[in-house]
Amino acid sequence: MHVTTTHSETQSANQLQVTEPRNPGMALDMDWVRRVQANTSAIEGRCATLPGRRSIKKDHQAAWLLKAISLIDLTTLSGDDTERRVHRLCAKARQPVRAEMLEALGMPGLTTGAVCVYHEMIPAAVSALQGSGIPVAAVSTGFPAGLSPFHLRLQEIKESVSAGAAEIDIVISRRHVLEGNWTALYDEMAQMREACGAAHVKAILATGELGTLRNVARASLVCMMAGADFIKTSTGKESVNATLPVSLVMIRAIREYFEVTGHRVGYKPAGGISKAKDALVYLSLIKEELGDRWLLPDLFRFGASSLLGDIERQLEHHLTGAYSAGYRHAIG
Amino acid sequence: MTVKDIFETMEYGLAPEAAGDALAWIVDQGASFGHFIDGKFTAPTKDFHSRNPATGETLADLSQATQSDIDAAVKAARAAQPKWAKSGGHARARVLYAIARLLQKHSRLFAVLETLDNGKPIRESRDIDIPLAQRHFYYHAGMAQLMEAELPDRSALGVCGQIVPWNFPLLMLAWKIAPALAMGNTVVLKPAEYTSLTALLFADICTQAGVPKGVVNIVTGDGAVGEMIVNAEVDKIAFTGSTAVGRRIREATAGTGKALTLELGGKSPYIVFDDADLDSAVEGLVDAIWFNQGQVCCAGSRLLVQEPVADAFYAKLRARMDKLRIGDPLDKSIDVGAVVDPIQLETITKMVANNTSGETYQSQTTLPATGCYYPPTLITGLNSADTLMQEEIFGPVLVSTTFRTPSEAVELANNTRYGLAATVWSENVNLALDIAPKLAAGVVWVNATNLFDAAAGFGGVRESGFGREGGWEGLLAYTKPNAGAKPTKPIAPFKGDDAPTDPLDRTAKLYIGGKQARPDGGYSRKVYGKNGALLGQSSLANRKDLRNAVEAAQAAKGWAKTTGHLRAQILYYIAENLSARADEFAARLNAMQGGRTGAKEVETSIQRLFAYAAWADKYDGAAKGVPLRGIALAMNEPTGIIAALCPDEAPLLGLISCMAPAIAMGNRVVLGASEPFPLAATDFYQVLETSDVPAGVVNILTGDHAELAPHMAKHLNVDAVWSFSGKDLSKQIEHGAAGNLKRTWVNNATARDWMSADGEGRTFLQAATEVKTIWVPFGE
Repeated sequence: MHVTTTHSETQSANQLQVTEPRNPGMALDMDWVRRVQANTSAIEGRCATLPGRRSIKKDHQAAWLLKAISLIDLTTLSGDDTERRVHRLCAKARQPVRAEMLEALGMPGLTTGAVCVYHEMIPAAVSALQGSGIPVAAVSTGFPAGLSPFHLRLQEIKESVSAGAAEIDIVISRRHVLEGNWTALYDEMAQMREACGAAHVKAILATGELGTLRNVARASLVCMMAGADFIKTSTGKESVNATLPVSLVMIRAIREYFEVTGHRVGYKPAGGISKAKDALVYLSLIKEELGDRWLLPDLFRFGASSLLGDIERQLEHHLTGAYSAGYRHAIG
Repeated sequence: MTVKDIFETMEYGLAPEAAGDALAWIVDQGASFGHFIDGKFTAPTKDFHSRNPATGETLADLSQATQSDIDAAVKAARAAQPKWAKSGGHARARVLYAIARLLQKHSRLFAVLETLDNGKPIRESRDIDIPLAQRHFYYHAGMAQLMEAELPDRSALGVCGQIVPWNFPLLMLAWKIAPALAMGNTVVLKPAEYTSLTALLFADICTQAGVPKGVVNIVTGDGAVGEMIVNAEVDKIAFTGSTAVGRRIREATAGTGKALTLELGGKSPYIVFDDADLDSAVEGLVDAIWFNQGQVCCAGSRLLVQEPVADAFYAKLRARMDKLRIGDPLDKSIDVGAVVDPIQLETITKMVANNTSGETYQSQTTLPATGCYYPPTLITGLNSADTLMQEEIFGPVLVSTTFRTPSEAVELANNTRYGLAATVWSENVNLALDIAPKLAAGVVWVNATNLFDAAAGFGGVRESGFGREGGWEGLLAYTKPNAGAKPTKPIAPFKGDDAPTDPLDRTAKLYIGGKQARPDGGYSRKVYGKNGALLGQSSLANRKDLRNAVEAAQAAKGWAKTTGHLRAQILYYIAENLSARADEFAARLNAMQGGRTGAKEVETSIQRLFAYAAWADKYDGAAKGVPLRGIALAMNEPTGIIAALCPDEAPLLGLISCMAPAIAMGNRVVLGASEPFPLAATDFYQVLETSDVPAGVVNILTGDHAELAPHMAKHLNVDAVWSFSGKDLSKQIEHGAAGNLKRTWVNNATARDWMSADGEGRTFLQAATEVKTIWVPFGE
């Protein structure tokens, strides 16, 4: 377990992603993929009762919320993004909570896990984050639908990497899942992983478009077999994004993959997580199902934009005892 | 620890539920309680302590009820009952609705008090026990409202004595009191001595809800108080608790005419097939055996895993066990709380320590240094022959073995004296829905476990007891037919002068396994007509003939699997063949009994056969309105092997009135024919022989009812005994039935008009079936 005491050491948490050996992938094991089961009612039941089974209060809640901040991929993925808007976001990533609040909580120098932008915004983000140790993640491969020509999707990855993105969030071809063409999904993922080179690759499954939890489980496994460093729920553009049941299915797949191969794959729920309370439930789900090792930024991220604001208000309430207001905290 | 430290360790920390309000309520009551009788609390006598099992601290002083307390409570309930019943369904609905609302308004107080007193995690009392108790009162407020319209032929039993256990103190109280009150009964209820506090708070709620005085009476104390209630002048005993005590209550109430329902122990199988969602099945076990520290009658305590996935499943399960948090039940992040009492803890500890088989694994988690805690335990590699596979542990201990095929899973699952609940995990709907009906259990959960609702019946088969709680079926246990019954008139056989009426000797034998059989004892009795003529000789069956008949019935188990349509065809065929010989039967009946009612009796018998042929494919189950995405099916399953002593009067019609509903529902029967007039029954087997009735489905014995009754009652392979005999054998039968806790339906020396509607219909069908609730959540 690493110890975070200073700004630079907080950054070292972000650096941890290079200390865990990357998932090298494995041959596509169709027996395993076909064996996968996911009972929707039981999975929903587990998720529905979890918030009632774990309660995190007072200092523990504050610490867990700070942990959540360290795991956020602070994100802007809008058609109207500009360089200056991205600068503002990056400033928020460097200083996610008012300095005196972090001081009071004993956590000065805390940053978000990463900043996540479109390809065109990578240079702006890289320059704004210089020296912070905060990596830039770029969504890629014809995000969000992933239906541009395949060679262009691979090329997009390479260009994003050379523009300075340390992490690439790719989208899979949903049709491969819906058509049951697991080999095609595996090959696509493997090639995208290869195109990423040293950059880490997060595979966005777009779970809201996969139809069933069983498909989510299968797609998770296939992407991990093809070498994904992270599996991620959604683009944030589907009508249904991250949910607890989908998360449970994906992290159980991660657990089983680890048990079989010894490789830890990261998890990123994205879209729809906007409340501090939800973040606590997600963290407890990870803690229960995967264990504490996954509560570090090299293995877990929240893809979120408005979550941070709610956490800030909760932290101020923790410090002052008075409920907070949004305008008291800097926008990102 | 600083925030920064916690940021590193990501521990949960403490999240205690405040106990202040609940403790203050106890103090406000003087920290000591009397009994709630006739709307008032008696002066406390401070005979025993109620302790918090998590800390050992005394919460309050309680009073041990005396005989005069019980007498006063029963008297108050008796006095209040007629007015309460007459107040009407709507008036009672309003009161039950008020109780439900008050339970809701004070839900956290009830939850905290329950956890303090019982040791169960606050999450469970808050999210499960108390909401389900509320739901039970809401649901039964509706039943009270609908009673006059929907149950016009039923009325209240009267005063109900109710004894509930310590594992779900308020919830079991709700299961008992809500239906009783809804149907117009009044109650005397005893909570368990370990956990009386929420029942006493409930008494307080009753006053606020406008429950008339005397309608609900609550007395506290140990098993001795329970015995007093059982022996009191009550009309019904409802008991939830151990099989051993249930058996004693069965014996104590035998022949008293008191209605009885028993919800007893279990060793419920939890079956995991190789195509199951294993992670979800593991999580299900957390709710099956580590729910309420495993102190759950229907706990999935016997894990059966299919061989191909057994090792993987056990590995996942052990990993999950290590994540369980054990400790202060008031902490909101605790999964497993305290066992209810040091005595219970000692029992669990001893049972596990005495086991030398298999491989024992215990959660790698820390236990609090003090208090009654036992670690979640898994024992794999056991076999059916091991004690722990057969005996109920009633603690957080899961035992396991493996199976190879679905049929072996069913065989292992049913290899138990109990039959309360069962769980099946498979993603194959064909497999799951094939297995569920084959399991000997009152409740089956498919891909889920421990689902409960007021709309769905709950209760067991075999030695897990009888009667259902919840749903329409649960109301049967708190009502009786409106019609008053007249006493039976004993009928003595006629005496005669030894002159046979028929020059050619006809031998009336027993009918066993589709064959005419001579009686084992080699004795016969002469049967004389009213005019003194010798009509024939009938065999005197003894216990060995009964044994043979039950074995034949057991061999005919395929009958239970036949379709209602097929059974209807056979019943019609019996009617057809009886009709063809109507005159002969009428003459026989007239000769035996005198008079000229024979033709009418034959005609009514044919009608009755038609009636049950009609019912065979129409006694439908139900899909219950449970709050779940899924279905809860109430399936009417045959009771099994029914031994019936047929009425002495109506020698043919009485026999058919017992046989036809039973076989229509898929039971096999052993019928003890009319004792004074047996020859219609022995003629009747010739009808059966020509009607395609499979061998062993119907077996007919003649002879002395008093000789057969105890052997029927004690036979461990007989599932139910009915007695309409002219001899009063009710006590003997109910006492003997305690052995395997078989169902009994006895006449308590009251008569039934077999020629009328009283001799036919739903009452008989209900007695011939067990309601099995099958829960199938769905969704992809």
